[in-house]
Amino acid sequence: MAVKVMIPTPLRAYAGKRDSAEFKAATVGEALSHLTTEFAELRKHLFTEDGKLRSFVNVYVNDEDIRYLAKENTPTKDGDTISIVPSIAGGCC
Amino acid sequence: MGTITQPQTGAKAAATLSNDEILRYSRHLIMPEVGMEGQLKLKNAKVLLIGTGGLGAPLGLYLAAAGVGKLGLVDFDVVDFTNLQRQVTFGTSDVGKFKSEAARERLSNLNPAIEIQAFETKLTSENALELFKDFDVIVDGTDNFPTRYLVNDACILLGKPNVYGSIFRFEGQATVFGMPDGPCYRCLYPEPPPPGLVPSCAEGGVLGVLPGIVGSIQAMETIKLLLGIGDSLAGRLLLFDALGMKFRELKLRKNPNCPMCGEHRTITKLIDYYEFCGVRGEEAPGPDLQVPEITPRELKSRLDCGDDLYILDVREPHEYQICNLNGHLIPLGELTRRVHELDSSREIVAHCRSGKRSAEAVDFLRKAGFRKILNLKGGILAWSDEVDPTVPKY
Repeated sequence: MAVKVMIPTPLRAYAGKRDSAEFKAATVGEALSHLTTEFAELRKHLFTEDGKLRSFVNVYVNDEDIRYLAKENTPTKDGDTISIVPSIAGGCC
Repeated sequence: MGTITQPQTGAKAAATLSNDEILRYSRHLIMPEVGMEGQLKLKNAKVLLIGTGGLGAPLGLYLAAAGVGKLGLVDFDVVDFTNLQRQVTFGTSDVGKFKSEAARERLSNLNPAIEIQAFETKLTSENALELFKDFDVIVDGTDNFPTRYLVNDACILLGKPNVYGSIFRFEGQATVFGMPDGPCYRCLYPEPPPPGLVPSCAEGGVLGVLPGIVGSIQAMETIKLLLGIGDSLAGRLLLFDALGMKFRELKLRKNPNCPMCGEHRTITKLIDYYEFCGVRGEEAPGPDLQVPEITPRELKSRLDCGDDLYILDVREPHEYQICNLNGHLIPLGELTRRVHELDSSREIVAHCRSGKRSAEAVDFLRKAGFRKILNLKGGILAWSDEVDPTVPKY
């Protein structure tokens, strides 16, 4: 299942400046695992030390938040887009 | 969807428009979706803008232009020269003035018919509920997590919509929180990032026009709410990628277990948001790393004596082009994989722009076994202030 993972601006510096990456993955968890294997520096920004997805990073499959699906076990199919959407606060500076 | 009920205050609602107003707003009035009825809704509306900076600039300008009857502007900051790259309410002659007052002057000139109240104050848990209560809609144009959570919670406690927008470098987010049966900020992000993990705007920079676009979207959403027209962004998270010029939309669900707006609320009053966000003290950008330091004057003195110091610059290449101390450039993000370029037997002084990134570099290198490593306190900015004023500040 070829899925595209969208990498948000705050994290592109840790992903070789890429804005997206494609992987074969059957679940969201698998796709994120491929992502953090290819870009090891991303891991600490996405996951805590005990491997949980950080609470200020939301992940979507197409337009659905995985917290309302099956979280990292959410199955993915060909052509799905996984979006990583971290909390950003800028507005003044 | 998404109308709001304007609270009954002591003042009588305006029932008519003057001839001047009819002329001023003619382009609204000739649209059936607005008309006299819609314009009167705007005239009787009260909107509070939290922040009059990058997002607040287009917000204030377009809401004033549209004839929102009362605008409140909350900002404790002073106009700085570096703000003029994006905070287009201000002019060069406003540098040094309080932002809320400078914005009030500009917006009053744009539309003298509306009431504009400047609150030259920091928004806190002590004053938020009092400040918000007389307004219909709150617009979040702030730039830090503690205040965003404060604005959210105060809006939910008072039952007010919160028109949210945020930016980072080339990306923006926008939505409307706080609608009846709608999600709140905590539904989207139950917890903020710990300080230091997500790069700050001051470190990352921003294209000036980005808050212009996102702030304009917030102004549009505010006007739609007040008029009761169109489809609100409530329940949707709009993502804007300026470089790709793409808008995307994600579903933003209300969390039934949300401690603030869920079925079993556990947060019933405003809290200490700096503590919640793990930030100690006033607007601290992050916990101070305890690393050995050298001041610019000390560095200059040692270099003049002929000490063999290795200057490591952990900024980005485009910063090196602005000004540099002839250091060896390894951007902080590349340090892990380029650490072999450094000789741990030499005494190394690491610097960046203000001393924050280089403190992280020193901390990392010490953990990697480097013993002769110092952080240049205050960075190249302090070098410019204390040693060589010909070095430009940025």
